[in-house]
Amino acid sequence: MSNDKKELAVAALRNGTVIDRIPSSALFQAVRLLGLEKSNCHVTIGNNLRSEKLGTKGIIKIADTEFPETVLNRIAIIAPCAVVNTIRDFEVVEKRPVRLPDTISGIVKCDNPKCISNNEPMKTKFEVIEHDPVVIRCHYCNHTVAGKDAQIL
Amino acid sequence: MSSNSLVSISDISRDEILDLLDRARYFEENPNSKILDGRVVATLFFEPSTRTRLSFETAVNRLGGRVIGFSDANSTSTSKGETLKDTIKMVANYVDLIVMRHYLEGAARYATEVTDVPIINAGDGANQHPSQTMLDLYSIYKTQGTLNDLTITMVGDLKYGRTVHSLLMAMQYFNPTFNFIASKELQMPEEYKQFCREKGIRFTESADFSEEVINSSDIIYMTRVQRERFTDIMEYERVKNLYTLHNSMLDNSKPTLKILHPLPRVNEIDRDVDDNPKAYYFEQARNGLFARQAIITRALGIDPRK
Repeated sequence: MSNDKKELAVAALRNGTVIDRIPSSALFQAVRLLGLEKSNCHVTIGNNLRSEKLGTKGIIKIADTEFPETVLNRIAIIAPCAVVNTIRDFEVVEKRPVRLPDTISGIVKCDNPKCISNNEPMKTKFEVIEHDPVVIRCHYCNHTVAGKDAQIL
Repeated sequence: MSSNSLVSISDISRDEILDLLDRARYFEENPNSKILDGRVVATLFFEPSTRTRLSFETAVNRLGGRVIGFSDANSTSTSKGETLKDTIKMVANYVDLIVMRHYLEGAARYATEVTDVPIINAGDGANQHPSQTMLDLYSIYKTQGTLNDLTITMVGDLKYGRTVHSLLMAMQYFNPTFNFIASKELQMPEEYKQFCREKGIRFTESADFSEEVINSSDIIYMTRVQRERFTDIMEYERVKNLYTLHNSMLDNSKPTLKILHPLPRVNEIDRDVDDNPKAYYFEQARNGLFARQAIITRALGIDPRK
């Protein structure tokens, strides 16, 4: 009976995307990064679920939607261990970790108020200088920031 | 974007640094010529810096080029709200090269992305100032006859001083030994010490500007300790004179030692050092002219030695 309840909390998808192993503290940032606030799809968000690896974790299920890899990889900035499952007809057809790109354009805001990117209508750009834990550096002013502290635009 | 731009000293290789030093040496021997005849260079100073601007403009004038520009953004469309992109694209229609100084960090890097005209960064906030680094390197090279295997002592504000950071990065190719002398509040940031460890560069760190350190040095690079950098004003009062160089401290130093300072100085070098032949800061500023002639000709793809 208790198993049934557990399954109910994270109901199975027929088709869509499940993003698992998101650190609890980064879950809502991940939701924003994927633009789910404006989505009309059926979205299930779970947070503070038990995780052996992370302690607690968040999970996002988006029905009937598959995202381009470049969009999913944005999550790697704040959740480098996240895993993306692609579901078709109740089957997991692909399971892969997110992959941090070498450069990140237009997603993160530089935290240096004197950076040109905060004073000119332009796209921000960061280079990834460390992968674990994630550290990124502003392409313009060279300020570095930890991925978990990055301000998402 | 032009590959001849110079935004940061870390954009150029060891060979390019050596090429620039050789050009600087050439210009010291031949400061006046007409190799920039017919060329127009813009000096866009969104933030005033008289010393740097005059040095760049002299460099162009002595090579027969023409200069347009402004020395203060208040007199330009920037004050009307024009974006940097629009200013750069407009000026790029008129000139062969843009030298720019800006109060915002990353401004020069961004400028290279909006035009094909080469950009020389003459300082962007607290970020980069590569022509200062080139004149420092040229001063070291000229006085020591080499850049290799030197002991360089950096003193004063090592936390915020962009000149010491850029010099440290540029020296990575030349097997230096560094002594970092600063109070606790103004120590060399961890990222630069980590850079040294990764590159196998030896360094010591101390709050004590001792005779032993001075006597082991080939170069002492003094910087200004600014009051406004301190959160604790008592701490400033305590340390402000600990890092002042006096002539008597140089008694047992190496005969080839040279004292460098990016200027302006306040009281970190006592006036009694000025007449010591080891004092090099005024000649150092003069070397800025040759270093900038070297950077300008490289940016324009002109080789004066041919």
